Amino acid sequence: MKLSVRQLREKAMEIRISVIKSLAAAGSGHLGGSLGLADVFTSLYFKELNHKPENPKWENRDRLVLSIGHVAPIFYTTLAHCGYFPIEELATLRKLGSRLQGHPATDHHTPGLETSAGSLGQGLSIALGMALAARHNGARHRIFSIHGDGELQEGSIWEAAMAAGNYQLDNMVAIVDRNGVQIDGPTEQVMGVEPLADKWRAFNWKVHECDGNDIIDILRCFEVVKEKTNQPQVIIAHTKMGAGVAEIENDYTWHGKPPRPENVDNFIAQVKQSYHENS
Amino acid sequence: MKIRDYIPTRVGFGKGLKEAADQMPEIIGLGADITGSVNMNFFAEAHPDRFYSLGIAEQNITGVAVGLALEGKIPVMATYGVFSAMRNTDQVRISVCYNNLHVIIGGAHAGISVGPDGATHQALEDIAIMRSLPNMTVLSPCDATQANQAIKAALTEQTGPVYLRFGREAVPDFIPDDIKFEIGKAQLLKTGEDLTIVATGHLVWEALEAAKELESGGVSARVINLHTIKPIDKETLIKASAETGAIVTAEEHQIMGGMGSAVAEVLSEYAPCPMKFIGVNDTFGESGQPDELMKKYKLKSKDIVTAAHEVLINKAKK
Repeated sequence: MKLSVRQLREKAMEIRISVIKSLAAAGSGHLGGSLGLADVFTSLYFKELNHKPENPKWENRDRLVLSIGHVAPIFYTTLAHCGYFPIEELATLRKLGSRLQGHPATDHHTPGLETSAGSLGQGLSIALGMALAARHNGARHRIFSIHGDGELQEGSIWEAAMAAGNYQLDNMVAIVDRNGVQIDGPTEQVMGVEPLADKWRAFNWKVHECDGNDIIDILRCFEVVKEKTNQPQVIIAHTKMGAGVAEIENDYTWHGKPPRPENVDNFIAQVKQSYHENS
Repeated sequence: MKIRDYIPTRVGFGKGLKEAADQMPEIIGLGADITGSVNMNFFAEAHPDRFYSLGIAEQNITGVAVGLALEGKIPVMATYGVFSAMRNTDQVRISVCYNNLHVIIGGAHAGISVGPDGATHQALEDIAIMRSLPNMTVLSPCDATQANQAIKAALTEQTGPVYLRFGREAVPDFIPDDIKFEIGKAQLLKTGEDLTIVATGHLVWEALEAAKELESGGVSARVINLHTIKPIDKETLIKASAETGAIVTAEEHQIMGGMGSAVAEVLSEYAPCPMKFIGVNDTFGESGQPDELMKKYKLKSKDIVTAAHEVLINKAKK
């Protein structure tokens, strides 16, 4: 599935609408980060990743480790729109018996998941283990991982960063969702993570930055990381929490709550308006 | 049963791992800076292409093991039990156990017999933590021979996570070759009718010594080696309770939440009987020679004998 830029923008809009609907149906969950990452997820799954939705465990697939399990809604929605499971199933998010657990869970056999996630700071180590296995096997696929900027406050992230730099794992691409906010407020007030790019460089990573809500810029970055290096690479994607719904953009209070049923039509209208303004 | 030699259980683990890895190319070893100390050096020297040194970073090592296991490898990580069961408990819970992956976690230097290093290095809570995690298997072999069998069984017969506990000090190596090791199946090492001693780790030898002393005083003690703490062998325990009517448990671990607690969970529901628990009683350890500590914290055969007499009084009162 390799869509054009125009098609990707349209797909990202559709995915945002699905996220809003499924979170409203769930009645709880994380809207802000899910909307902010819609352009990154769409670009990955509809352009960049080698994968086969009809064969989720295809051996040569690129791996995607979601380290921030709380943005499960954007993950599930993207997978559903790719065809991993029916879009209608998104309405079961967070409900008893659903494969779509509040945070991703492999024990529920959800197609497209590499690992369970929910406790922050674990995914980079898992990606690192997968990268070592790929190198050991002489496999050519890449291992992507998705992180939050607040998540980088977990010490285990830097244990993994140190090891990946040490082993020069050039088959790893970590993506940091740099939206600048976390539950208690702006990251730089809660616990500053800057100078962020320098931190990664100091751990022997190659650092790239992009506008994580600009599909052209995201794709540009994806091309750059294909250039041969002897280092793991990180993309710091500057996003807006809640991107696409103007009313809530960059408002950290929307980190962990869903739209209320009465918000849904209004939020969807804003997503459509944002799409038309930017295309 | 006779003592063949005195060997640390960690040696059994290390040699068993190396021998299994000679046959199984999917085994990957992960080092945490104390590779020699936990005897993973046998593996690392034989298979350097399959050994990754990851430094002093137990949380990362656990996640790396998860990534490897997701790709079909069988990762073995080992460090001191105070780190491999506790520094990384969240990673073990969410990434290893929730994913139900075949990751082997070695908990070395378990128990108070670590000695002079003191309380920081004496894992006394690892059984309680590891056995409470869904999907986890918990093994605690009684000697080096059994540690060798246990790591091989963990590698070849399991598909989910395994915590394997072993110690630092040389302890009696005695388990007869003709006694089969089977995960989940307790071993009846001595028959007896008046009470049962259920022991794990190197306290199994202390239990056998205690049984001998009890026998000389006319008390017939059954001895069970509970090398698998989870999944627990309910059948053998229920039978022992029903047939002997009194139980003493013995382990080098906190009484709270340990092997004895696991036994009590089974018996209180299916076959209650008077029980006594030999273990560390809600306190930290301290520096000292291993044998001094075993005596001070009442983990020796004579302490098992005392507990046996007490539990027999309670049995008589019933």
